[in-house]
Amino acid sequence: MLDTIKTVETPEGVELVLSCAGFYVRSIAWLLDALIQGVILLLLGIALPSLGKFGMGLFLIAIFVLNWFYPVLFEIYMNGQTPGKRIMKIQVLLMDGTLVNWGASMLRNLLRTVDFLPFFYVLGFISMLFSKDFRRLGDLAANTLVVYKRVLKNRPEIPEVPAIAAAINLTAGEQQSIVSYAERYSKFSPQRAEELARLATPLLQGMTEKQTISASERILGIANYLVGHR
Amino acid sequence: MNQAQFIHNHEQQWLLLEVLCNPQLHPDKIIQRRKKEQGKRNSKASQPKSFYEDQILALSTELIKQADFPELYRAVCQHFSLAKSRRYSPHLIERLSLLVEQAHQVFYRPAHIYGDSALSGIIKFFTRTFPQTVRNEINWFWLSCVVFYVPLIAMVIVIQFRPEFVYSIMSPDSVSGMEAMYDPQAEHIGRERGSESDSLMFGFYIFNNTSIGFRTFATGLLLGIGSLFTLLFNGLNIGSVAGHLTQLGYSSTFWPFVVGHSALELTAIALSGAAGLKLGFSILMPGRKSRYQSLLDAARISVRIMGGVAMMFVMAAFIEAYWSSTQFIAPVIKYSVGAMLWSLVLFYFSFVGKKVDRKAGRQSTAGQNES
Repeated sequence: MLDTIKTVETPEGVELVLSCAGFYVRSIAWLLDALIQGVILLLLGIALPSLGKFGMGLFLIAIFVLNWFYPVLFEIYMNGQTPGKRIMKIQVLLMDGTLVNWGASMLRNLLRTVDFLPFFYVLGFISMLFSKDFRRLGDLAANTLVVYKRVLKNRPEIPEVPAIAAAINLTAGEQQSIVSYAERYSKFSPQRAEELARLATPLLQGMTEKQTISASERILGIANYLVGHR
Repeated sequence: MNQAQFIHNHEQQWLLLEVLCNPQLHPDKIIQRRKKEQGKRNSKASQPKSFYEDQILALSTELIKQADFPELYRAVCQHFSLAKSRRYSPHLIERLSLLVEQAHQVFYRPAHIYGDSALSGIIKFFTRTFPQTVRNEINWFWLSCVVFYVPLIAMVIVIQFRPEFVYSIMSPDSVSGMEAMYDPQAEHIGRERGSESDSLMFGFYIFNNTSIGFRTFATGLLLGIGSLFTLLFNGLNIGSVAGHLTQLGYSSTFWPFVVGHSALELTAIALSGAAGLKLGFSILMPGRKSRYQSLLDAARISVRIMGGVAMMFVMAAFIEAYWSSTQFIAPVIKYSVGAMLWSLVLFYFSFVGKKVDRKAGRQSTAGQNES
C-alpha cells in the first residue's frame, strides 16, 4: 500500500480515500498565502497612512487579522482552502474526512507559532517527517490533516464497436482491466493501442487470418459487451 | 446487472446529488453562466464545472426542489459500494467516489457558519460555552494566576525596599522611557500622544497584546514550558514597572491609567496561560488516556478559552486606548470604573451561563422520568 494514502470509513460504511499532501506542496501553498498577505499589506500600507494615525491603527489591526485569522476564515468559509491551498489544490480536513470547524481551524493556526519554532517551521518540518500523514504539530493537536482535493479529470467514452462476447470466462479484475483499456483508448496512438491489445492473447484466440478486425477492435468489442452495450 | 443498466437505473440520483452538493450546478445557474460566456465569445470556453452538465440541464427543476439530500446520499453510498465490489469501470468508480466524498463533506459540514445561525452560535459561545469552560478548568486558571501574579506582586513589594532591583528585569533605557511616560509633570500620561492617536494605540494594543496572549497559549504545547516562561516573564515585567513607578511617587498617574483595562487584560493573560498549561500538562500527565488522546481532548477545550480570550484582549485594547488615556477624568472615577470592571469580570466568570446549566439539567432529568 502507498503510505501517503489514508482511508477513512464514514458512518455510512463507505471508505473514503484521502491522499495526504506532503511538505513540498504545503510549503508552496504557504508561500503563496504569504505572498497574497504581503500584497494586501503593501496595498493597505500605501492607502491607509493617508488617513493619518487612525489609518496607522487600522493598519496594525490589519496585520493582526491577516496574521492570525486569514487562514482561519478561509478554511472555515472556503471549504478548508486558503487561496494558496486552492491554487495548489489541497484542502484541510478533520481526520474523519469532514470539513474543519472553528475549533480545529483556530487551534491549528494558533499552534502555527510552535511549528515555526525555533526558526522558519523547523519543528513543523520535523513533525511532518515523523508523523504518519505529514502532519505538523498544529495538525496533530487539532486532529486535522491536509489532503489533495481530487476532481474528476475527464469523462472518457468507450468507443462504440459491435459487441463481442469473450470466448473464455474473465475474472472481475480482468473485466475491469479491459473496460479500463477501452476508456483510455482514445489517449493511445493507434499503434500503441494495437500493441497493448495484442498482449491479451487468450482473448484473441480464434482470431483467424481471414478476420479483418484488429486486436484492439476486438478488445474494444469485448469491453462494449462487458459494460452492456449489446 | 451490467454497467450500462446500472448507470441507466441510477444516474438521475447521482446528478441530483451533484446539484445539491454544488449549487453552482443548478440548471438555472448553468444556463446563466453559458449565456455570459456566449456574450464574450472571444475568450475561450472555460472548463465546465462538471462533465455531466448537459445531463444536469435535462433534469427538471421540480425534481431538484423535491430531492431529499440524506436519502440520495445514502443511496449513492450504496451505489458506490456496489460499483466497487462489482468491479465496474474505473471511471465510474472514481465518479461515484468523488460524489460520495463531496456529499460527505456537505452532509457533515459544521453548523454555525452562516447568517443567523452564526450569530446565535457566537451568542451561545459568550453566554454559555466560554464562562462554563473557564469554570470547568478553574484549577488551571488558579495555577496560571499563581505563576503570573506572585512574581508580579513580589516585584512591586521588593522594589519599594530595593529600588535598584528594577534594573535586574528591565534595561535602563526602557526604565527611563517608562518614567517619562508617567511623569506627573509631563503633558501626556501614558504613551506620548494626542487624542487622535488613540486609534493608533487601539490598533497597537490589539496587535501587540493579543499576539502575546496567543503566543502564551501556543508555546504551552512545549510541555507547558512556553506558557510558564511567558507568564513568569510578563508577571516580573509588569510588576517591576508598577513597583518602580509607585516607588518614584508616580502613583497618581500610573494607577489611574492602568486600572481601567487591568481587569480584562490581566485576566486574559492568565486565561491564555491556563489554556497553554492545560495543553502542555495534558501530554505530561495523561491520566488513563494515551498521551495523544489526552492532548486531543485538552486541545479541543483549551481552544475554546482562547476564542473568548481574543475577545477580551480586543475589549481591553479598546478601553486602554479610548478610556485609560483620557486625562480630564478624575482618578476617583477611574478607580471606580476599574473596580466595576473587575467585579463585572468576576461576575461573568462566576455566574454567566450557570442558570442555563441548571435548567438544562432539570429538563434532562424530566426526560429520563418520562422514559
